[in-house]
Amino acid sequence: MARPGPLEYTRRWWLRGWLLATFVFLYAPIIVLIVFSFNDSRRNVVWRGFTTEYYWKAFTNTSLLEAFTNSIVIALLSTGLSVIVGGLLALGLYRFRFRGRATVEAASALPIVVPEICLGVALLVFFAEIGWPTGLPWPLNLANIVAGHVAFSFPFVAVVVRARLAGFDRSQEEASRDLGASEWQTFRFVTLPFMAPGLVAGGLLAMTLSLDDFVVTFFTSGPDTLTFPVKVYSMVRFGATPEVNAASTLLILLTVVLTVLAMRLQQPASQGPRR
Amino acid sequence: MSDSFVDVTGISKRFGDAVAVDDVSLAIRRNEFFALLGPSGCGKTTLLRVLAGFEVPNAGRIVIDGDDMTRVPPNRRPVNMVFQSYAVFPHMSVEANVAYGLRVEGVAPDAARPRVVEALEKVKLTGFAERRPDQLSGGQRQRVALARALVKRPKVLLLDEPLSALDKKLREEMQLELVRLQHEVGITFVMVTHDQEEALSMANRIAVMDRGRVLQVAEPRTLYEHPAHHFVADFIGTTNTLPVDVRSVDGERALVHHPLFGELNVDRASPDVAEGVLIVRPEKLRLDFSAPPVAGELMIEATVEQIAYYGDLSFVFVRASDGTQLQISRYNVNRVDKGDPAAGTACRIGVHPEDLLLVGSD
Repeated sequence: MARPGPLEYTRRWWLRGWLLATFVFLYAPIIVLIVFSFNDSRRNVVWRGFTTEYYWKAFTNTSLLEAFTNSIVIALLSTGLSVIVGGLLALGLYRFRFRGRATVEAASALPIVVPEICLGVALLVFFAEIGWPTGLPWPLNLANIVAGHVAFSFPFVAVVVRARLAGFDRSQEEASRDLGASEWQTFRFVTLPFMAPGLVAGGLLAMTLSLDDFVVTFFTSGPDTLTFPVKVYSMVRFGATPEVNAASTLLILLTVVLTVLAMRLQQPASQGPRR
Repeated sequence: MSDSFVDVTGISKRFGDAVAVDDVSLAIRRNEFFALLGPSGCGKTTLLRVLAGFEVPNAGRIVIDGDDMTRVPPNRRPVNMVFQSYAVFPHMSVEANVAYGLRVEGVAPDAARPRVVEALEKVKLTGFAERRPDQLSGGQRQRVALARALVKRPKVLLLDEPLSALDKKLREEMQLELVRLQHEVGITFVMVTHDQEEALSMANRIAVMDRGRVLQVAEPRTLYEHPAHHFVADFIGTTNTLPVDVRSVDGERALVHHPLFGELNVDRASPDVAEGVLIVRPEKLRLDFSAPPVAGELMIEATVEQIAYYGDLSFVFVRASDGTQLQISRYNVNRVDKGDPAAGTACRIGVHPEDLLLVGSD
């Protein structure tokens, strides 16, 4: 057998080993979490046998379900808003040259770099200061959490969409106008379809950030509003039961399904089946 | 019927302090293939964009077929454009690209389909309707851009450097095809190009531009054989330039003096040229090694300095007895030939006085 070439890394045993080690490092904790969600033990330390009992427990735990529902609703709302705000920001920064554009661009990226704890405290103080009403009926009580999530996730959408727009050929917009389309039609039929993969990718990011956010949610949620991460945290404080594992496994499953779906949607049409 | 179909009157366009188009007036005729020719930065593309409506001029008027279009937005002008980058919509099929202009206009899909089919037929893309732009070659993408513009049945079709992105063979093929298409559809074409050969071979008339101004508008032959300015002569084709003293002028003729020829009468480019340079095209000079002089020809003693061989023809660079460098083009008409003369060979150059032209040297 010939010596492997410099790019045939799969033929070098130590590179294969390195790859394996990386995967173990990344996924072992998740696998352990999933395995122990089937553990027939209240104190989740030693393997005592297989059961799906804790999945039923998780499903029947009304406060866990409520927290889960809250998380999904918040994630959907904040993702939608982030995609709109972030997409428009990216489009504005791409299209217009105005005084202070660099400042606006830098300022809009700030929520990415500001430590989340600072953002959390700032939002807490802000909502208290303006006298945001508490104790509103569901789902209005989620509004301030949604606002908080939008604040830190829309810059991610803007960054992704902006990168996408960097490859846009402006003469496509001119061609559209030239062919008789109004500004709105041009945006709807030419610019938006070009931005779409960026919007989907940015939206996915925003949704992931929102679903598992703890810090900002913890600081902005009212006393009776629980989201999934906050609820899990409070459950773990009384000991990590397989119920927590089961709920987390379901969340992982949901995320994986969503990601696969989004990737399918993002696939360029030219790669799809053809007549 | 008025002679001019597109009337450009006193158009100026400034970007900040830079003047891109400077008081340009043109009269483009109906069904004409008109070319805007000039070096990069001469304002030709800006002028085209003013015609399309993408730039609002600082001064002047655009009238197309009797209607003032100066302030009309691009989507309401009876004008369509083929972009240099083609700007084909990557997320639409060929068919959807071509149908786009009809769709935004509100033409029903059933009414649009035959027109799309017809347009694709015209540009020889029948059978490509379902393809995506990324499955097409550059030449095919350009045909899509053409079909997409033609399907709108514009009064004027604007072409921005349409052939610059194609390789040489394909470019020559498309040159013929565009001319054929223009005859077939009977639409006025206005093409921007920096390639003088392209302009000469395709256009009915050409406007030569430099630094925002139009220097000459004429048919290709006139531009080449009777350029109005030294810039035009130099930009179109190759030319030999001889500095001369003008002794006297009379109508279309001038009496000039050059150390090589002494005094002689030559044509003037225009009646207002009072001083300038003599120009003569390389193919109008005759390279001679032994034969006796031809009657009526001026003879120049010279030495061959350098040869540039292009296959079909060769450029011979010679140094005349007074130190002037001249270039002569010679077709290599025989396959079996002695070949080009060696550098250092003494020779004589023959030239007919009527092939010399006095132009202003601005």
